[in-house]
Amino acid sequence: MAFEGLSERLQQVMSRIRGKGKVTEADVKEMMREVRLALLEADVNFKVVKDFIKQVSERAVGQEVMKSLTPGQQVIKIVKEELTALMGGEQSQIAVAKKPPTVVMMVGLQGAGKTTTTGKLANWLRKRHNRKPLLVAADVYRPAAIKQLETLGKQLSVPVFSLGEHENPVEIAKRALEQAKAEHCDYVLIDTAGRLHIDEGLMDELRQMKEAVKPDEIFLVVDAMTGQDAVNVAQSFHEQLGITGVILTKLDGDTRGGAALSIRAVTGAPIKFAGMGEKLDALEPFHPERMASRILGMGDVLTLIEKAQAAVDEEKAKELEQKMRTATFTLDDFLDQLGQVRKLGPLDELIKMLPGANKIKGLANIQVDEKQIARVEAIIRSMTKEEKMHPEIINGSRKKRIAKGSGTTVQEVNRLLKQFDEMKKMMKMMTNVPKGKKKGFRFPFM
Amino acid sequence: MGFFQKLKEKWTKQADTVTEKFKEGLSKTRTSFAGKVNDLIARYRKVDEEFFEELEEILIAADVGVATVMELVDELKMEVKRRNIQDPAQMRDVIAEKLIDIYRAGSAARELASLRIQEDGLTVILFVGVNGVGKTTTIGKLAHKLKAEGKSVLLAAGDTFRAGAIEQLEVWGERVGVDVIKQAAGSDPAAVMYDAIQAAKARGVDVLLCDTAGRLQNKVNLMKELEKVKRVISREIPGAPHEVLLVLDATTGQNAMSQAKLFKEATDVTGIVLTKLDGTAKGGIVLAIRNELNIPVKLVGLGEKMDDLQVFDPEQYVYGLFADWLDS
Ligand SMILES: Nc1nc2c(ncn2[C@@H]2O[C@H](COP(=O)(O)OP(=O)(O)OP(=O)(O)O)[C@@H](O)[C@H]2O)c(=O)[nH]1
Ligand SMILES: [Mg+2]
Repeated sequence: MAFEGLSERLQQVMSRIRGKGKVTEADVKEMMREVRLALLEADVNFKVVKDFIKQVSERAVGQEVMKSLTPGQQVIKIVKEELTALMGGEQSQIAVAKKPPTVVMMVGLQGAGKTTTTGKLANWLRKRHNRKPLLVAADVYRPAAIKQLETLGKQLSVPVFSLGEHENPVEIAKRALEQAKAEHCDYVLIDTAGRLHIDEGLMDELRQMKEAVKPDEIFLVVDAMTGQDAVNVAQSFHEQLGITGVILTKLDGDTRGGAALSIRAVTGAPIKFAGMGEKLDALEPFHPERMASRILGMGDVLTLIEKAQAAVDEEKAKELEQKMRTATFTLDDFLDQLGQVRKLGPLDELIKMLPGANKIKGLANIQVDEKQIARVEAIIRSMTKEEKMHPEIINGSRKKRIAKGSGTTVQEVNRLLKQFDEMKKMMKMMTNVPKGKKKGFRFPFM
Repeated sequence: MGFFQKLKEKWTKQADTVTEKFKEGLSKTRTSFAGKVNDLIARYRKVDEEFFEELEEILIAADVGVATVMELVDELKMEVKRRNIQDPAQMRDVIAEKLIDIYRAGSAARELASLRIQEDGLTVILFVGVNGVGKTTTIGKLAHKLKAEGKSVLLAAGDTFRAGAIEQLEVWGERVGVDVIKQAAGSDPAAVMYDAIQAAKARGVDVLLCDTAGRLQNKVNLMKELEKVKRVISREIPGAPHEVLLVLDATTGQNAMSQAKLFKEATDVTGIVLTKLDGTAKGGIVLAIRNELNIPVKLVGLGEKMDDLQVFDPEQYVYGLFADWLDS
C-alpha cells in the first residue's frame, strides 16, 4: 500500500519491537527509517522530520532503551513523548487582556477556515466562558464573506460589526474596537480576508491593522491537510506579524495532520484550538498529547474518556476506561455503555475515535442504525446475570429462551454473541498493538 | 536535440501571455524547486547516493509524496546506470523527462486535458471538493472563460449549506454577467440541480456549471448526498454531467490522494482543477494522483481574479517548474 498512514506504519514497526525481548541498535535504526517515512507520509516537513529522528534516535539508542525491561514499550514512549513535546507540551488557553476588550485577529491563507472558526470562537467564548464577543467583518475582498459572518452572527445571536465592503479593513478594525469599548464587549474577533503569505500588499495591510488595534492574540488559522508548504506559510506569517497561536481546522477529516508538528516546530507558537466539524460548536482546545496519540494510531482514548465524563458520572467513566484497557468487559457493561454512549452523540463518530478503529475493515465508514441498538438492548436484557457475566455458558436452549424473551431470533442472539466476542478482542487491540490478522468486524447495530 | 531544448523551442514559438502567466504564477515554485536542484547540481561533482538523497528531499518538499518519490528516484538510478551518467549536469534532462513520464504514464494525455464541452446541446459540469479549496471561485472564473469563448453559461447554486455560499456565487454571476439558479439556503441541493437543469434546457444555454457545498471525503452521509446530486443530473440528461471536476488546493499534502480516491468513488471524477498555484505550494501530489488513479489535471487556478484560470498542460507545468534551467 503506497500511502499507508503514519499510525499503521508505526504500529507495524512497534509491534515488531514489542514482540522481541530486547532491542538492538539495528532495530532502532530500522524503526527510525520507518518512522521517518511515516512522518513524511503524514506531511510533516522533511526538515522537521530530520530533527525529530535525530532526537529520538539519540534517546532510543541510549541506555534507556537497551537496558529497560520492555524495550518496545520504551521506544513507543519516547517516540510519543518527543512527538508531544514537538507539538508544544501543555495545552494553551486564549489570552485575556488586562483591560477589556481582548482583541483577536484571525489570519491565514485563503480557504483555511477563518470565518467559520471566528464564529466558533465567539460561540466558545460565550457558551463556555460566558463572555461577550463582537465579531468584526474585515474581509472586504472575498465575495459575500461579510454576509457569511453576518449569517453566523445571526445563528449565534452574537453582534457583527460591518462597514460593508467599500471601507478599508484597517479602518473597520479600528472602528469596531471603539464600538466594542462603548458596548463593553469582552472580546473583539476580527475576521480578515484570506491571503497568500507572499502577497506583500495584503500582508502589509495586516501589519497596519496590528499597529492600529494592538491585538492580544493573532491566530494563524491553518488547514490540517496542509502539506510541506505549511512551514513556509507559518514562518512567513510569523515573521511578518508575530503570531501568538495557531488554530488547526478540518481535523475531523482523515488527514494525518503532520502540519501540526511542522508549524509548531518552525514558529514556536502554540496550537491552541482544533476545528472538528462544520457546526459552530465543533471547536476543541488542542491537546498535543492526544494529537500525538492520534498520529501514533493509539486512537483518541482520552477524548473518548473525556466525552464520557461529560455525560456519564466520573466513577463510571473510570471503570469503563479500566475495563477497556483490561478487556474485562461484560455484556452487562456493554448494555450499560450502550445507554451511556448514546448520550454522548452519534455513535459512528464515537466509534471512529476508538483506537485501532481505522484498522478494522468497514469500521471507518460505518453508519449506525439506532433502531438495531434497541434490539441488541432487548437481547441483553433477556439474559440472566450469570449469562451476562459468562456468555460462554449460553447454549442452545438458553439462546431460544433469550430470543423469545427479547422478541428476536436465535440467529440474532448468535450474531450478538459472536460480535461481542470480537469486540472484546478489539478492545484488547486498543491497548495491545495487534500482531495477528485483523478480521473485518461489525457491531450488531450497523 | 535534448529534451529541454525541445521544450524550450516549443514555448518560444508559442510564447504568449498564457505562458508568461504560468511562469509568473509558478515563479515561486521555480525559484525554490529548480533553484534547489540547480544548487544541488552545482554542489555535486558526481551523481552519487548523497546526490539522490538530496534530490529526494527536494521532491518531497514539493508534496510529490514518499511513494512516488521513491519510485522516481529508483528509476533515475537505473537510468543513470544504463546511460552511465556521472556528471550531475546531465541529470536535468533525465529528471524532467521522468517527471513528465510519470504524469503521462498510461494514456494519451492530450485529449484528456481539455474539457469535454458538447458540440451541440447542453454541457453540465459538476464541481466537487473539500471545504475551501476554491470550487465557487473556479466556477466564476470558468464562466468568464467560457463566456469569452462565446458560450452561454448558467450557474447552479448547489451549496445550500455554507453561510453566504449562495450570495458568493451570485456576486460571481454579476461580475461575469451570467445568471444563477438558486433556492433558499438550507434547501435540498438535488432540487436546486433539477431546477437548474430545467432552466438550462428552457433557455437553451450551452454550459451549466454546478456548485456544491464543500465536504470532507470521509463524511459518508455528505458523500451520499453528492451521489444523489449527480444521479439527479444524469436522470434529467443522459450522459450528464459531462465533467465532474474535483477541485484540489495545491497547498494540500498527501491527503489530496484520499480526496481523489473517495470523490472518485462517489462521483466518478473526470478531472482535477488545481488551485492556488500562485502561492508557494507546488501541488506535487497531482503526479501521484495521475499515476495511481489516472485522473488528469484539466485546469489550474493562479489567483483570485476572473482571468486567473488556465488550461493545464503537463509540459507547460514542467516548463514552469524548470524554467530556470531552460533559461540558463
Ligand atoms: N490565491 C488564490 N486564491 C484562490 C484561488 N482559488 C480560490 N481562491 C480563494 O480561496 C478561497 C476559498 O475559495 P472558494 O471558492 O470560496 O472555495 P470553495 O471550495 O467554494 O469553498 P466552500 O464552498 O466553503 O467549500 C477564496 O478566498 C478564494 O478567493 C487561487 O487559484 N489562488
Ligand atoms: Mg463554495
